[in-house]
Amino acid sequence: MSLTREQLAMRVARELEDGFYVNLGIGIPTLVANYVPKGMDVMLQSENGLLGMGPFPTEAEVDADLINAGKQTVTTIPGSSIFSSAESFAMIRGGHVDLTVLGAFEVDVMGNIASYMIPGKLIKGMGGAMDLVAGADNIIVTMTHASKNGDSKLLPQCTLPLTGAGCINKVVTDLAYVEIADGKFWLKERAPGVSVDEIVKLTAGELVVPEVVPEMEF
Amino acid sequence: MSGFDKVVSSYEEAMEGLQDDMTIIAGGFGLCGIPENLINEIKRRGVHGLTIVSNNCGVDGFGLGVLLEDKQVKKMISSYVGENKLFEQQLLAGELEVELTPQGTLAEKMRAGGAGIPAFYTATGYGTLVGEGKEVKEFNGRNYILEEAVTGDFAIVKAWKADRYGNLVYRHTAQNFNPMAATAGKITVVEVEEIVEPGELDPTQIHTPGIYVDRLIKGTFEKRIEQRTVREA
Repeated sequence: MSLTREQLAMRVARELEDGFYVNLGIGIPTLVANYVPKGMDVMLQSENGLLGMGPFPTEAEVDADLINAGKQTVTTIPGSSIFSSAESFAMIRGGHVDLTVLGAFEVDVMGNIASYMIPGKLIKGMGGAMDLVAGADNIIVTMTHASKNGDSKLLPQCTLPLTGAGCINKVVTDLAYVEIADGKFWLKERAPGVSVDEIVKLTAGELVVPEVVPEMEF
Repeated sequence: MSGFDKVVSSYEEAMEGLQDDMTIIAGGFGLCGIPENLINEIKRRGVHGLTIVSNNCGVDGFGLGVLLEDKQVKKMISSYVGENKLFEQQLLAGELEVELTPQGTLAEKMRAGGAGIPAFYTATGYGTLVGEGKEVKEFNGRNYILEEAVTGDFAIVKAWKADRYGNLVYRHTAQNFNPMAATAGKITVVEVEEIVEPGELDPTQIHTPGIYVDRLIKGTFEKRIEQRTVREA
């Protein structure tokens, strides 16, 4: 069975460490916040200028002056700090954020990522994604392994305009955990009940398959 | 009155001198911390051919979105413009130009513009459409592109509190692009919720020093919320 959105988030959450400052993108990455292991402290960075993002407010706490990068109303937590957009991206560009998790349309064997623009469709913009992928050393991409039509999203070369070049080395899909190195994908784990053959069939870029591919456990 | 007193008495006076084809730098992220009344004054003045540097372009009927209604905007320099149907129509009709700019690069362009730095190198956008046609330079084995600073004929800013000298304090994440915008205007106009006397704000808590501010006005704000997300009490 391919992973659910929640299981994808749970798998990514295993990469968290106590004391990490983490930026989570919109969509599945946001769910990672729900699976921070007990006893571990992580602080969420929101690129509009908030470090230490709390949960959504109660109706009584709603404050138009306190939102996250998805423009949702949020709260602060004890230990939060608030700052300008330039300060926020200094953190990101300066490599101070420990982990960035974001979605993508495509990744390729060179670590390129395409995530913001589909030619012919309306272009809304890259927001902070280009800064995040260029600035972080530790990035995890979460996405489905293939499109609804069965087209692989793990490619020899991205076909869509890039968000960043040569900056991705970890991908968690609904079928597998894959690393990128030396111009290849390296299969590290598979989703429970998903066969290696199925993953190979849906991976268009060169995939190195070890003799034993452990199953993820949930 | 002191020569440092920046307070003006009307929105008309606040935007005095605004002309067609000018560049305006605007603070705000989404609808949070936007100078909503200054934007309405720009609409009232009916100037056209504007270039606006702002992370977003408001929504239909609110924020910078209102300037699209009479086609006052020639060009937007933004990182994300997806919340606005009128924007989409004018873009597709070729009536509006957009220069998509990564959010951190946009913030840094304003910061650099205000700090007298004409350009800077960044890894953001290297190898992408954003980097096309821009100078590339290698530092320590990594490639960077040269991005130019921006300045505006006007900067429009929303802060929480100010003293009469234009020292500013922002509230929560309504800070966002406002401090950089404040530095990057030839004429920087700020609207706030409260104006106090010099000495009433703690000097150690000032976000934007008054030296950057030319005109200051007290307004009332709708503060519309774009995504109202709540949890059970």
